[in-house]
Amino acid sequence: MKIDKVTKREKLNFLEKLYIPEIAKGLTLSLKYMFAPKFTRQYPEERWEPLGSYRGRPVLVEENGKERCVACGLCSRVCPAVAIEVQAAETADEKERYPILFEINMLRCIYCGYCEEVCPEEAIIMSQDYELTFSSRETAIYDKSKLLVPKEKLTNQLRFLIEYRNI
Amino acid sequence: METFLYILLMFVIKIAIVLAIAFTAAASAVFAERKVAAYIQCRIGPNRVGPKGLLQPFADVLKLIMKEDIVPYEANKVFHKIGPMITLTVAFAIYAVIPFGDFFYLNGEKVYLGIATSPNINIGVLFILAMTGLNIYGVTLSGWSSNNKYSLLGGVRSSAQMVSYEIVMGLALVGVILITGSFGLTDIVNHQDNWKWNLFLNPIGFLLYLTASFAETNRTPFDFPECEQELVNGFNTEYSGMKFGIFYLAEYINVFTVSLIMSLLYLGGWTLPFPSEWIGLEAGSFWLSLIQLVVLLVKTSLLVFFFFWVRWTIPRFKYNQLMDLGWKVFLPLGLLNIILTAIGVYCFK
Repeated sequence: MKIDKVTKREKLNFLEKLYIPEIAKGLTLSLKYMFAPKFTRQYPEERWEPLGSYRGRPVLVEENGKERCVACGLCSRVCPAVAIEVQAAETADEKERYPILFEINMLRCIYCGYCEEVCPEEAIIMSQDYELTFSSRETAIYDKSKLLVPKEKLTNQLRFLIEYRNI
Repeated sequence: METFLYILLMFVIKIAIVLAIAFTAAASAVFAERKVAAYIQCRIGPNRVGPKGLLQPFADVLKLIMKEDIVPYEANKVFHKIGPMITLTVAFAIYAVIPFGDFFYLNGEKVYLGIATSPNINIGVLFILAMTGLNIYGVTLSGWSSNNKYSLLGGVRSSAQMVSYEIVMGLALVGVILITGSFGLTDIVNHQDNWKWNLFLNPIGFLLYLTASFAETNRTPFDFPECEQELVNGFNTEYSGMKFGIFYLAEYINVFTVSLIMSLLYLGGWTLPFPSEWIGLEAGSFWLSLIQLVVLLVKTSLLVFFFFWVRWTIPRFKYNQLMDLGWKVFLPLGLLNIILTAIGVYCFK
């Protein structure tokens, strides 16, 4: 790549020393921007729709009224913030195991998405939910009742995962 | 006795009106500044409190009043209290001599639009200069008494800055006074009737005064007393709650005052852009004075807008550049301006 000669101008010319033409230039520019379109999003009324790749709060996918999770505990192992706790139990279903307890401490979660990456069943995925509030430390620990989200609500992420995972 | 009471009542009413104008101007200036800043940065700005966000300044004041007032442990308690007082008092004191219009007849008696019984007191301009000079005390004292090196530096800087630009301001004003031949503000305004604005007669003086007033009100590009990057927030770092609010208020009142003075001295003040006979009102009628007041306020608000516009366009100077500009450029230019104006006045009068 050819590097252009670096020109360093050390002295201002007379007009620039007067400041006034330069200031006038600056003022016209900022006046122009006063009438430019605005970027502000009026948040509570106008919400942002994240893309499928967005890493919001992690959720468990609910399929036919049950979680997909087989309680292998990989997410819990890989979690760098040690936010996930899984306890497995047996079930009569085809998958044979299910999590009797599944808790994510949302104060610890760093939204890295490793759990989603490591999950063999696509059972834990990062949702598009970015509005998280808790009033105490206890309520910040999300259990299964808060984590389970029906598959139909997560089509965006699931489609993204099918398309782009492992490539 | 009755005349005394009448004069007293007149004074109280006038002071109330002028204070109302100043406070309203400051409040709306705070709001306008935030809006202008937002629009220049492609944002929308405050629009939640009240219709179109117009009640934002009241919300701000309410917040400031309810905040805790913290005085630093080692601070000089007395001066720490006096600092904001001086700033606000001085900001308001200037209004004693500012005329907002000519006069009108009320029950056969002349009523002047301004606090002074006769707004054309022959030291009007000098009084304004003196009062803007006193502004330094508020800034420097509060900076020094906070017992914080950043505040102190802010105060010291601002005193040096204000003293040097005071000179420029004075020199710029000499041009106007030479043209008019009077120190009275009413004389100066009436002399500019019929589009003979001092802006056109004395453009260098206007430029000098404009720049000096930026420095006097501590606004960008000369906001050295604040200077967030270097001095936290300069002289008012250690102030909280309503004491900080007073500095904030005083800054905007000063901007309004300076714009008012500039429109009086250079932009023709309340003189109408057309002869007053065209709308069938003669000098001394109430409605004419009202129109004059509106004309003056429109000119002032345009200048206030210019202050905001410049603030959100131009970055801050370096301190040595400020001093260079003040002493090496503006001082000779001011002297040159006086000589040129004197020659002009000698030739054309």
